[in-house]
Amino acid sequence: MEAYGYRDGLRDGLPIGLGYLSVSFGFAIWAVKQGIPGLELVLLSGSNLTSAGQVAGVTVIAAGGLLVELALTELIINLRYALMSVTLTQKLHPQFSLLQRMLAAFFITDEIFAVSSTRKGLLTFPYMMGLGCLPWIGWTLGTALGAFAGTLLPAALSAALGIAIYGMFMAIIVPGAMEEKGVLLAIGASVGLGLVLRYVPVFSFLSEGFVIILSAVFGACVAAWLKPVRGEGDA
Amino acid sequence: MKLYLYLLVMAAVTYLIRMLPLAFFRKKITNPFLLGVLHYMPFAVLGTMTVPAIFTSTGEPVSAMVGTLAALLLGLKRRSLIEVALAATAAAYIASLLLGLL
Repeated sequence: MEAYGYRDGLRDGLPIGLGYLSVSFGFAIWAVKQGIPGLELVLLSGSNLTSAGQVAGVTVIAAGGLLVELALTELIINLRYALMSVTLTQKLHPQFSLLQRMLAAFFITDEIFAVSSTRKGLLTFPYMMGLGCLPWIGWTLGTALGAFAGTLLPAALSAALGIAIYGMFMAIIVPGAMEEKGVLLAIGASVGLGLVLRYVPVFSFLSEGFVIILSAVFGACVAAWLKPVRGEGDA
Repeated sequence: MKLYLYLLVMAAVTYLIRMLPLAFFRKKITNPFLLGVLHYMPFAVLGTMTVPAIFTSTGEPVSAMVGTLAALLLGLKRRSLIEVALAATAAAYIASLLLGLL
C-alpha cells in the first residue's frame, strides 16, 4: 500500500484552499453586516474552520443567544464530523500517535474528509498536516480579506469563485461513479433524499447539517445493501 | 468580553466533536455492511453537498450551469482536483462576462 507525505497533502489541499478563500470571503462580508468585528471574525474562522457551523454561530451571537444554545447549535450542525472522524480512524497509518490524532482532528472538514477518505491507501500524519495547511490558510485569509477589503475584488470574479469548491467535489465523485456502480448508487440515493428534505416543505425544520447527515447515511446504506463491498478493500 | 466567551464555546464544541472520535475510536471495523457504508459515505456526503448547491454557487443560474458542465466534462476525463476546480471557475467567469455583454 502506498503512503503519502506532506507534499502530497499540500497538493491535494490547494483546490480546497482556493475554494475556502472564496467561500470565507463571502462569509466575512456577511458576518460583518451581522455586527461581528473583523479581528474577532478572523479568530472565529481560524479556530473553527467550518462554514455551516460559523454561519449558524454568528446568527446565534447576533441574536444575543445563550451560550448553551450556541453550544447545542454547533453540536448538531457539526455532528457529521464525528461520523467522518470514525470513518477516518479506519484508514489511519498505525504510526499515528494519540497527540497526532488530536492535532489532525482539528482539520477535519467536509472537503478534507472527502479528499483524504477517497485517497487509496493509508493516511499518514504528514499527509494530513499538509492537507490541512492550505485550506486553513485559505479559510482564515479569505475571512480577513472579506472583513477588511470585501469590496475590492471584482464582483463577477468573486461570484465565479463560488463554484470552485463544487468543481473540486465533481472531480472526486464523477470518476468514482464511473468506476463503481455502488458509488453511483450512493450518490444518486443521497442526492435524491437530499432534494426531498430540502424542497418538501414538511422537512423545512431540518438544518443543512442534518440534511447532509440524513441523506448521506441513507445513500451510503442503500449502496452498502445493494452493492456490498467485497473483501477488505481500502474503505 | 462576552463575544470572546462565545468564540471560545464555538471553537471548543467544534473541536471536541472532531477530536474525540478520531483520538479514541480504536476498533477495526469488520462487519461487511458497515465497511460498505464507510466506503460509500464520502461519495454520498459529497453528492448531497454538491447537488443542488452547485447550481446556485455563482449567484446566477447560467454561469453556474456552464461551470457545472465544465466540471462534469473534466471530471469524466479524470483531471486533477485543482484543474477541475479552476476550469469550473473560469467557465463560470467567462459565461458571466458574456452574459453581461448581451
